[in-house]
Amino acid sequence: MIIVSDPIVVASPSDARAAFPLLAHDPGLHYLDNAATSQLCAAALDALVRHETTCRANVLRGTHRLAEAADAAYREARAAVARFLGGVSADEIVFTSGATASLNLLAHSLGATLAEGDEVLVSVAEHHSNLVPWFMLRERRGIVLRVLPVTADGRIDLARLPQAMGPRLRLIALTHCSNVTGAVTALAPLVAAAKAAGALVALDGAQAVQHGPVDVRALGVDFYAFSGHKCFGPNGVGVLWGRREVLERMPPFLGGGGMVDRVELTGASWAAPPRRFEAGTPPIAQAVGLGAALDWMTELPWAAIRAREARLTRRLIDGLEPLPGVRILGPRDDAARAPIVSFDVEGVHPHDLVQVLDERDVAVRGGHHCARPLMAALGVEACTRASLALYNDEADVDALIEALAHALRLLR
Amino acid sequence: MSDSIYQEAIKTLAQAAHGAGTLEAATGEARLDNPLCGDRVRVQLRIEGGRIAALAHEVRGCLLCRAAAAALGLRAPGSSAEELEAAAAALARLLETGEPPAGLWRELAAFAPVHAHPGRHACVRLPFDAAIEALSRAAAGSG
Repeated sequence: MIIVSDPIVVASPSDARAAFPLLAHDPGLHYLDNAATSQLCAAALDALVRHETTCRANVLRGTHRLAEAADAAYREARAAVARFLGGVSADEIVFTSGATASLNLLAHSLGATLAEGDEVLVSVAEHHSNLVPWFMLRERRGIVLRVLPVTADGRIDLARLPQAMGPRLRLIALTHCSNVTGAVTALAPLVAAAKAAGALVALDGAQAVQHGPVDVRALGVDFYAFSGHKCFGPNGVGVLWGRREVLERMPPFLGGGGMVDRVELTGASWAAPPRRFEAGTPPIAQAVGLGAALDWMTELPWAAIRAREARLTRRLIDGLEPLPGVRILGPRDDAARAPIVSFDVEGVHPHDLVQVLDERDVAVRGGHHCARPLMAALGVEACTRASLALYNDEADVDALIEALAHALRLLR
Repeated sequence: MSDSIYQEAIKTLAQAAHGAGTLEAATGEARLDNPLCGDRVRVQLRIEGGRIAALAHEVRGCLLCRAAAAALGLRAPGSSAEELEAAAAALARLLETGEPPAGLWRELAAFAPVHAHPGRHACVRLPFDAAIEALSRAAAGSG
C-alpha cells in the first residue's frame, strides 16, 4: 500500500475540497468540468513529488538501489490499480498514456487476431476514442463494424441488440458511461448476449471510474480502459485491464525495450503481459500518482458519495429545466445516469455560454465533446455540459444556475 | 474580462447578419469547419472586374463567429482580393496583440477583448479564413 503522508478523510464536499490543492487555493471556483479532467488529489500529488524526489529512476532495467526503489513503486502502483478494479491480478494491468491509448492498444493488438469479415460492435454513444480506432482497424483488417443506435434520450438501444449482432461477432466495445448524457450502460443483457455469442466485451470506463471503484469481474467484461486524469490522478497515464488468458493471446502493439524476452538480428520473442504491452519507458511517476489516487479513492465512503452526487444531479436538472429554451439531453431516469448533465439552449451557442459562465467562476464545457455521432443523434451540433465530482456541492450547482440565467439575459 | 467580449457592438453586428444567405452565380466558394467545436462557415463570393462584387455567408456557429461574418458581409463587397487579405491579416494581428493595427476595418475593433481568450480566436477568424479560401478558388477557377 502506498503511504499517504497527510491522509484526508472525506465525509463531505468541503472535506473533499480540502483534499484537492487547486480547489483549496481557489475557494471561489465552481469546477464543473470533471468529465473532461478531474482535479488532482493531494494524495496523488504527494506521491508524485515523493517519487520524483526520492526514487526517480527507470524501471525494469536497473539494479542499483534507486532503480530497485523505482521498480517497487511502479509494481505497487500496478497493485493499487488491481485493487481498485475489484482485486484482479496485477499482471492483468497494462499502463498506457491514457484511455485513448488503451483503446488503440486494444484495437491494434486484439485487432491483429481478427480476420476479414469478423465483426466488432460499438454504439452511437461512443466517444471518438472508442470509434476511430475501430474505423482504423476496419481499414487495416477489413473487419465489419456494426453500430448500436441510441434511444431518443441518448441511451444505447438494447432493443436493437439482436439485429446488431452478426454471425461473426468477436467483440462488443462500448462506453460504461456516456461522456455527454451521463447514461450508464445497462451491462447485464449485453454481457449475457456477448457470452452466448462467444464474443468479448470491452468497456471504455473513462467516465465511470471517477465515481468509485469498479469490480470488473463482477461486470463480466473482458477489458476495461480508463485514464488517470479523470479519477483524481495525474494526466499522461491510463490503464488497460484485460483478462489474463485474452491478453496472453494478443500480440504486442508497440515494439521496443522492455516488451521482449529475446532479441536477435533474426527476430524477437515477446515478454508476457503486461510487459508485452509496455514498450519503452512507461509513465512511471504518473503511474505512482495514479496508484495513490486510486488507493485514496478505495477508502472513501462511496455509497454516501454516490447518493450525494445523485441529489446534486437532480438539483441541477431541476434548476436547469425551468430556464427558457433549455433542453436537458440524456435519460429522464435518475438511476440511469451518472452526474453528468448536458443541455442545449435554444438560440445560444455553447461557446458563448461557457465564456460568460467562466466570468462568474463557473467552469463547464461546451462543444461536441468528441462525440459527433451522438450529437447528430440527439439533434444538436454542440451542447453545454456540467459534470459533478465528489468535491462539488449545492453552492456549485446554484452558482451554475444563477450564472446561466445571467448569460441568457446577456446573450439573447 | 469575458463579459466585455459580448459588448453591444459585437451583439449588434451578429444580429444585423450582414451578408447572411446564399449567392447566385458565385465564382468562388469555401466551407470551413472548426474541429474544436464543430462550427461551420460557408462563404460564397462573386468576382467582377478584379473586385468582390458580392459576398454571402452561412454560419452555424457562436456569436463571435456570426459577428465576424457580418463584418465580412458588410465590408468585403467592393474590396479587392488584396484588400480582403489585408483585412484578414489585420484581424489576426488584432487577436494576437489586442491592439488595433493600421488598416483594420473599424467594425473589427470590437473584437480586441478576444485577444485575451486564445481559445476563441478561431471563432472570429473562421469566416475570414473561409473568405480567403473562396478567393483562392475563384482565382483558380475552381469555385
